[in-house]
Amino acid sequence: MTIQLGIFYILAVFTVWAAAVVVLGKNIVRAAVALIFTFCGMAALYVLLDAEFLAAVQVLIYVGGITILLLFAIMLTSRISSATARVINDQVVLSAIAAAGILVGLIYAAMRGIPALSGPPRLPETTPFLGRALLTTYALPFEVASILLLAGMVGAIILARKE
Amino acid sequence: MITFARLSEQFYALTAQWGIPWIVPTLVVMGIVVGVIVAYIAVAAMFLIWWERKISAHIQVRFGPMRVGGWHGWAQSIADGIKLLLKEDIIPARADKVVFVLAPMVVFAASLATYVTIPWAPGLIVKDLNIGLLYMVAISSLTVVGIVMAGWSSNNKYATLGAMRSAAQAVSYEVPLVLSLLGPVMLAGTMSMGQLVEAQGGTWFGFLPGWFVFPQAVAFLVYFVCALAECNRLPFDIPEAESELVAGFHVEYSGMRFAIFFLAEYANMVVVAAIATTLFLGGWRGPWLPIPGLPAEVSRGLFSLVWFQVKVYFLIFVMMWLRWTLNRLRVDQLMDFAWKILLPIAFANLIITGLVVTIWK
Repeated sequence: MTIQLGIFYILAVFTVWAAAVVVLGKNIVRAAVALIFTFCGMAALYVLLDAEFLAAVQVLIYVGGITILLLFAIMLTSRISSATARVINDQVVLSAIAAAGILVGLIYAAMRGIPALSGPPRLPETTPFLGRALLTTYALPFEVASILLLAGMVGAIILARKE
Repeated sequence: MITFARLSEQFYALTAQWGIPWIVPTLVVMGIVVGVIVAYIAVAAMFLIWWERKISAHIQVRFGPMRVGGWHGWAQSIADGIKLLLKEDIIPARADKVVFVLAPMVVFAASLATYVTIPWAPGLIVKDLNIGLLYMVAISSLTVVGIVMAGWSSNNKYATLGAMRSAAQAVSYEVPLVLSLLGPVMLAGTMSMGQLVEAQGGTWFGFLPGWFVFPQAVAFLVYFVCALAECNRLPFDIPEAESELVAGFHVEYSGMRFAIFFLAEYANMVVVAAIATTLFLGGWRGPWLPIPGLPAEVSRGLFSLVWFQVKVYFLIFVMMWLRWTLNRLRVDQLMDFAWKILLPIAFANLIITGLVVTIWK
């Protein structure tokens, strides 16, 4: 148990450090690369929570797909990759308040231990359970999310075609 | 049955009796596994480079390397490796040094990590994960990250172009690749690499071996084409097209860092062929004879080990054969092929497989 805790702290520090580089980095390509490491750290944390399927999907979708496309888009816009990005913009006060609020909420939850966060009993295998849940109980939210993504894709194509 | 998992558990139990905390034997087992895998990758890559040079030479009616080591220049790769080790390590002055240094590590770590779930023989698998196949696909998609990092950090237009092409190609071909793998997964009802091999035990119509390549021939072809693209091999090698991009993403790399990219490329070929063997060609299954003087289980294991390697290296031979006989696709042809031909085929295969599986069961 103590070794697991140690691994958790190592992963947590790594993930938070990578996330800090994403937010505070002046170079946007470096920030995108750090985002990849953040996602990998998150996937490792999922493995620590016995959610292997979620971890593998996290790596497959976020690292192998989304971040690659992000890097692709950054590299296509030549001006962005060379110029240093602004780290702080005009909404700094508003976002600071929101972040502080979330921090207070998380600390409160960690101190009190919200019952909903304790979770169901551990499953021996999460993959078949997830598959069944997605296609029976949660079929409608699953399909709604798919339609939302499809609409987003169509919108992106229309925006790109206008030029 | 002797399995790797049971052996390591016995080792843990033994060290627990001696009062050693479990982290020590765990690290020892990890160290042994990594050592064996890295040694295998190094030997396999050196053999494959020599083999590829010989195959390309014979296809082009040449001899290829003939001098180093005597017999057909078998030591050529060793000589090349020593040369690469001794070469100067150059980092371009205006490169992003951190990312530049990190990129080959990411590429090699990604291909190394996939070896964990390859079933070499019955029971000989480092960790038979429930999500083994998904894990392999997910981890091997990290290779592109390393390629993009290498291409961008080199601060060279050819490298950047190669990396962008690689990103576009990998993201496009990953979609039909994953879809084609779902066919065997649906037939077997599992994603564990060990159980996928177990599921191919019987026979089709009484005479064909129970390999999934027979009911899933379309999926096998789609997978193989996508795997070629994922490995950046001809006819899908636009990321490193020598004649237009010099060398693509690794143009600024020299010495050992370049060697690591090369090693990872050949290690990836082995991984891709191992996935195809496990899912479609029955993995380590094959006829075996009892070797006199050995228990039946051990001789079966030895035969399985050889069968797996034979199938893997046959697929790699096909990949090399294609590389030296086909020509490169154009970028637009490449994208058209992935999205307009492979993807619909993979979807159709998925739907038909699903229908057949639900009706039969």
